[in-house]
Amino acid sequence: MTSTETNVTSDENQPPVDPNAVTISINGRQVAARKGELIIAAADRSGDYIPRFCYHPRMSPVGMCRQCLVEVEGPRGPMMVVSCMTPVADGQIVRTDTPQVKRAHEGILELLLANHPLDCPVCDKGGECPLQDQAFSHGPGESRFVEEKRHYEKPIPISDIVLLDRERCILCDRCTRFADEVAGDALIHFTSRGNNTQVLTFPDEPFSSYFSGNTVQICPVGALTAKPYRFKARPWDLEKVESTCTTCSVGCRITVESSRDQLLRYQGVDSDPVNWSWLCDKGRFNFEAVASDARLEQPLIKRDGQFVEADWSTALRAAAALVSSALRDGGAGSVAILGGARGTNEDAYAWSRLARALGTSNVDAQLGDGLPSTVFAYPQATIDEAANASTVILLGPDLKEELPVLHLRLRDASEKRRSKIVEFGAKESGLTRYAWKHTGHEPGQQVAAVRSTLTETSVVSQLGKGSVVVVVGRGNLAESPEFTMSALAAVMELVPNAKVLPVLRRGNVRGALSAGMGSGSAAEILERAAAGKINCLVLVGADPLADFPDADLARRALTAVPNIVSLDTFMTTSSSQAQIVLPAAAFGEKDGTTTNLEGRVSQLSRKVTTRGTSRPDWMVAVELADLLDIDLGVGSVHDVFDQMVTTQSAFRPIDRSAIKASPDGVLLAHVGSAPIASPVPEVPERAGFSYRLVVSRKLYDAGQNVANSPSLASLAPGSAIYLHPLDLDRLGAPAGSNVKAIGARTSVVMRVEADASVHRGTAWVPWNQPGGKVGELIDASALVNDVRLENI
Amino acid sequence: MARLTEENVRLAREIIARYPRARSATIPLLHLAQQQDGYVSNDAMVHIGELVGATSAEVFGTASFYEMFKFEPVGKYLVNICGTMSCALMGADELIHHAEHALDVKLGGTTDDGLITLERAECQAACTEAPCLQVNYRYRFRVTNESFDRLVDDLRAGRLDAEIPPHGTVARVRQRVSADRIVGAVAPEDVTDGPTWFDGKAAL
Ligand code: SF4
Ligand code: SF4
Ligand code: FES
Ligand code: FES
Repeated sequence: MTSTETNVTSDENQPPVDPNAVTISINGRQVAARKGELIIAAADRSGDYIPRFCYHPRMSPVGMCRQCLVEVEGPRGPMMVVSCMTPVADGQIVRTDTPQVKRAHEGILELLLANHPLDCPVCDKGGECPLQDQAFSHGPGESRFVEEKRHYEKPIPISDIVLLDRERCILCDRCTRFADEVAGDALIHFTSRGNNTQVLTFPDEPFSSYFSGNTVQICPVGALTAKPYRFKARPWDLEKVESTCTTCSVGCRITVESSRDQLLRYQGVDSDPVNWSWLCDKGRFNFEAVASDARLEQPLIKRDGQFVEADWSTALRAAAALVSSALRDGGAGSVAILGGARGTNEDAYAWSRLARALGTSNVDAQLGDGLPSTVFAYPQATIDEAANASTVILLGPDLKEELPVLHLRLRDASEKRRSKIVEFGAKESGLTRYAWKHTGHEPGQQVAAVRSTLTETSVVSQLGKGSVVVVVGRGNLAESPEFTMSALAAVMELVPNAKVLPVLRRGNVRGALSAGMGSGSAAEILERAAAGKINCLVLVGADPLADFPDADLARRALTAVPNIVSLDTFMTTSSSQAQIVLPAAAFGEKDGTTTNLEGRVSQLSRKVTTRGTSRPDWMVAVELADLLDIDLGVGSVHDVFDQMVTTQSAFRPIDRSAIKASPDGVLLAHVGSAPIASPVPEVPERAGFSYRLVVSRKLYDAGQNVANSPSLASLAPGSAIYLHPLDLDRLGAPAGSNVKAIGARTSVVMRVEADASVHRGTAWVPWNQPGGKVGELIDASALVNDVRLENI
Repeated sequence: MARLTEENVRLAREIIARYPRARSATIPLLHLAQQQDGYVSNDAMVHIGELVGATSAEVFGTASFYEMFKFEPVGKYLVNICGTMSCALMGADELIHHAEHALDVKLGGTTDDGLITLERAECQAACTEAPCLQVNYRYRFRVTNESFDRLVDDLRAGRLDAEIPPHGTVARVRQRVSADRIVGAVAPEDVTDGPTWFDGKAAL
């Protein structure tokens, strides 16, 4: 639980006195507690378990279920109170084990079970159900209720993913509280009254929250179930290991659960510095992609334009031959490696080691959609520091769409901790509602926006009130990242003691860059490739044709490179252009470590056998090196780790035992000093009747993870171009109709929609949507990109 | 059926302005919607949510707590026959049985002409006058089968129009408050001193 900050000055002779410390007695034993703490939380620490249903340590207490009754000594004798609503007080005497308390617990359970269907044998929760478990441990064993129970239609879908069985619901208010208080999507609510009270959505307005899966995890009964896991396993058949989600770079702690060697579920683990037990639905449910039938299982070699299956030694030999002939014909500079952000630190390090051994610096883990790695050279902030800062400056992407659980932490900071959010953006974001100030700007104008907003009197005084953290990332794929870097430099000049939380989104991008996978830049590498200067391109889980913002450049580059080797879990558009495709082990199939956006290195664990003959990326690097007569000096994933922490300065404070000992992970060292601010590029004038392009991500897109998870794939909103309603009026095209979007190089036909969160004069297109072609409108070498729209 | 009319949106904004927090106006706006359409339609709830800054689910959750908000169209007259103890002892069940036959509807149903909806209600606090009923919440005491039939005739003939406005009419909720009568509510956190009527001497 949170505790109030105190300023205790410690005196040499006097032990510091904590004014918030109190002592209470629980069942006759003294328990140290803190003012404001609830009895139930104190009892959890002292090991006196109090049964409960509605209490959840990460949400405000509501006293809904009354299961947690205890006796507290009062002036008129012992009194029954709900321990989840009663704060501790110095000298308080609490008893959780008297016959009266036992009777109360039994009574409440009998009441809760009166209307409960007791269909445990067919209930997903059976075996891990707080109601079942506590009915055994604290219930009366028998019910006096013989009347007909309340009946409802068995499960009704409340969203595309979640189903609700109202007969099982005990009205604990956890799901509804979560939706309102944590997710900010109050789309489910108690309706009606008394015996008819039930959780429902508004008619025809589903609970489509990015965080809906959490309600399934915290429901203390089997009332809420999730489609991807329903009826797949019984809890006692599940085996689990703790790991870290690498779908995005927040790095939420999870358990990876499987049965019969099949991944079946991820559950959130409460990591205090990171995810507070929450997960987003994309991270929670994309285990489906690991089990997808579309996974690559066998190495493939292209013969006469057709892929044919090969064994690993043939395929690796062929790949080595491609690399050596490239070295021979064009030198080390003609070999390039893109990717590494999808895998483990060890994967990235092994490939960067190989690149160095080959002598090439044409290496990048980002695909022109991030920021230069100099962003790590500023004083770094952790997620906790950002969430506890008195001012958070947002310069960059919509966190709700890209780094969902970080969005939750900052939303919580603004709602409960009263941090003030100052947001800059070319489009409103999920946090705009909670922002103290939102400054909209046209693409490329962020420096001017920063300079004018941060010098307003009210902002200056707010910035002086306490710590300031700048959350910075790539908010617009259709503009040069230089604008964001200049804006960051401007912030740091105006608020010199601010710290920086870089929010690059690819799962392990920070680990990959720290492991050395950032010596080149994808844009330059692709330019060189298009100019015929790259003979061999290795794609380590990278799909430039889908992910590089400039579709034309990516296409020209991949066509020009004669030899492409792709190491991936799926056949992507880019790997289908390769000569050799090697199947890679996926998340959940390999051990190692990962690094989240704040530089927290934590353990990844293998739970199921690798698919087909697929291998982890690091192993492929080592074997390829071997065939090229390069000895990387490693034979196991542990060797790779040990070598990485001795050679890569950012990893130096970390060793394997430190990571084992700390499930929350260990922070990377801060390396480098703040970069010299480069001059702000001059933004070209926007021609009248054209719109400046803003391209950013939605949580659900056409990426492999989502596209191969049947429960998520249909949630991608699809491709369209969004204008401010007034701009749409001016254009005269009805919403939903097709228009011709004319870029600098070509034009594409797109559906047009109105969206009031888009600023006037700009056009917003979500990136990488099914059927989307926005990459055709982006020129990566331009500072900004404009489009004209024509009715058709 | 419908969102709030332009006239009612103006009124809604006036009502919202009376509260320190827009959401506090949810219930008065639900009354307004019910007055407009005779019941609270889904569209109206969506509209109210937009006006007070709540999700439709929150508006529905609040509204559905109250029996007097109807979510399906009801007749012009809502007849609630009390079925609780005193009235039951004095023949409420027989009266309901009679009413069902006389109107040719089941409890909860509406007559074909859309005029009357029949419901059973809990105690209406007129136990000494049992059995009793309400027509759009206006009492009728010691109701007999004959007086029930007379009541229905009167309603059908429009003889009670002056006394009983159509269902949903908020006769007793002041939707318009003159400026000098507005209490000037402030958000709790903005209250710095005691209430204006409290001079510090009154015994509390
Ligand atoms: S559905 Fe589950 S979490 Fe929601 S109120 Fe019912 S029991 Fe609680
Ligand atoms: S926020 Fe990111 S790390 Fe967390 S569950 Fe979602 S995808 Fe995974
Ligand atoms: S846990 Fe305390 S009332 Fe539910
Ligand atoms: S019992 Fe009918 S009014 Fe009280």
